[in-house]
Amino acid sequence: MLRFILGRLAILIPTFIGVALIAFSFIRLLPGDPVMLMSGERVMSEERHAQIMHDLGYDKPIAVQFVDYLGKIAHGDLGRSVVTKKPVLDDFKALFPATLELSICAIIVAVLLGIPAGVIAAVKRGSWLDQTLMGAALVGYSMPIFWWGLLLIIFFSGFLGWTPVSGRISLMYFFPAKTGFMLIDSLLSGQKGAFSSAVSHLILPTVVLATIPLAVIARQTRSAMLEVLGEDYVRTARSKGLSPFRVVGFHALRNALIPVVTTIGLQVGVLLAGAILTETIFSWPGIGKWMVDAVFKRDYPVVQGGLLLIAGIIMIVNLIVDITYGFINPRIRR
Amino acid sequence: MAEATNNAVKPQSALGEFWYYFTRSKGAVIGLAVFVIVVLMAIFAPLIAPHLPNEQDRTLLLLPPSWMQGGNASYLLGTDPVGRDIFSRLVYGARFSLFIGVVVVSLSVVLGVVIGLVAGFAGGKTDIVIMRVMDIILAFPSLLLALVLVAILGPSLMNAMMAIALVNLPHFVRLTRASVMTEKTKDYVVGSRVAGARWPRLMFITILPNCLAPLIVQATLAFSAAILEAAALGFLGMGAQPPTPEWGTMLAEAREFISRAWWVVTFPGLAILITVLAINLMGDGLRDALDPKLKRS
Repeated sequence: MLRFILGRLAILIPTFIGVALIAFSFIRLLPGDPVMLMSGERVMSEERHAQIMHDLGYDKPIAVQFVDYLGKIAHGDLGRSVVTKKPVLDDFKALFPATLELSICAIIVAVLLGIPAGVIAAVKRGSWLDQTLMGAALVGYSMPIFWWGLLLIIFFSGFLGWTPVSGRISLMYFFPAKTGFMLIDSLLSGQKGAFSSAVSHLILPTVVLATIPLAVIARQTRSAMLEVLGEDYVRTARSKGLSPFRVVGFHALRNALIPVVTTIGLQVGVLLAGAILTETIFSWPGIGKWMVDAVFKRDYPVVQGGLLLIAGIIMIVNLIVDITYGFINPRIRR
Repeated sequence: MAEATNNAVKPQSALGEFWYYFTRSKGAVIGLAVFVIVVLMAIFAPLIAPHLPNEQDRTLLLLPPSWMQGGNASYLLGTDPVGRDIFSRLVYGARFSLFIGVVVVSLSVVLGVVIGLVAGFAGGKTDIVIMRVMDIILAFPSLLLALVLVAILGPSLMNAMMAIALVNLPHFVRLTRASVMTEKTKDYVVGSRVAGARWPRLMFITILPNCLAPLIVQATLAFSAAILEAAALGFLGMGAQPPTPEWGTMLAEAREFISRAWWVVTFPGLAILITVLAINLMGDGLRDALDPKLKRS
């Protein structure tokens, strides 16, 4: 097992350096003068230009610059935002909990609905229930979620007036961000109505972000269950006289879940890509909206740092998924 | 069961057999039918659309669909904020979506297959380097990478398509490589090599045809994913630029009117959903028809 983990880590390091190389090259591939781009200034004197060039290390050979860049990353220095003038990492830390909270809610919804839907569809294979569930899953899988979000806003916020349109909580409430998770902070604040306000702001973005993972998980669970239900040990369990619930719930589902767990792990990339769209629609102050705004405002240090951080998160989650997979399925450790 | 089939049907060609399995799925047939309609719409857009996509009527802004009160029969799905016919724009928009799908899939299939063949065939260091590069591309969420690439290249439909093609590449490389690895040691390949076939022949003529099934399925999925992603980029303002009647771009332009005119927002999204759904239905049908494991009955 240790060898398996070390092997995975050994693959991770060159990949991370490659990711850093892409983030590093990004600024240099942009058309225009990198010094102007990084400093965000429009007009500058020759001396100032040379000064910033030197400060940013752009006067050194490119390979040295890259090694310097790696060193800075190791020290958590990802540069400063041109817009907020704050370190990129600080901005990221302040905004990431919002994305994390939304993503966690979305994946919980997706798992809680997707796995039962997949199991039911597999058990009732070919029935109208199976066809309805899988039809719905395919619609969800094909959904342009930015449009889906707008439709939900038209109906639930505009027509019914049930949910707010944007933000994480009503402006009426103000309290210090202790954990960064609005649901927890609003409870801790003890203010009346704060928690329900946070929940009502969270519902629509969660539904939108959960749509595609939910569809993928339901489809994957169904096919994994179908495979397992045909196995000999399931037939044995049935012929022993176990109740269908025990056969499906304990014997079959346990093994069917192995590929599903991997699928759930792979949804992290889907969630972060979805967060870009969801957060833009609902003005959700997370890293997805942060990245889109940075691209529009040409805040290149943020784009560069964000790219690296987001890829880093995905790589770490994939590593955890791989290792978990190694635990539950010893065959792949070799 | 197998005998009955053999008696009823004469020995089938590969295509006939494929068609037999494909049409057994109702969804796949519906998907194909809808897709054909979209293709016809795109080809005959000037004949179908009652107006030109960028033709404005300044007296008819935000006209509701024709069946609603205040609607006009000449504007079936209503007009947008600058008085253009939404239906006509959607019909012309089908050209863009299909074009995006075709270009992205062709680019990523051709490049992906060649790189995958090389990786699987060469093995060793070449393989390791190629696969690490693919891992790096896969470490980024596709939309984010596309967004950043477009930020470098500048927002336009062409750049969006190139970015999406690059993001799709690793799937084809991995799939081709995996197929090549399993095929490479089989007797027919060894036999061909012993008979003196050279590398290019072994790669493209001997092995490739036997790896096609999963590639076709993946290409279908990539086609619908490309349409979705290009629409998402258009929606973010990083894809096709206004006044192009690309569906995602239309949604972006309509966004601020959602509280006043639901139709401006609803129909472009519906067009995206229907097209993508049709292609995915076909993809499911293709997978079932091409996957030998499922051909049991």
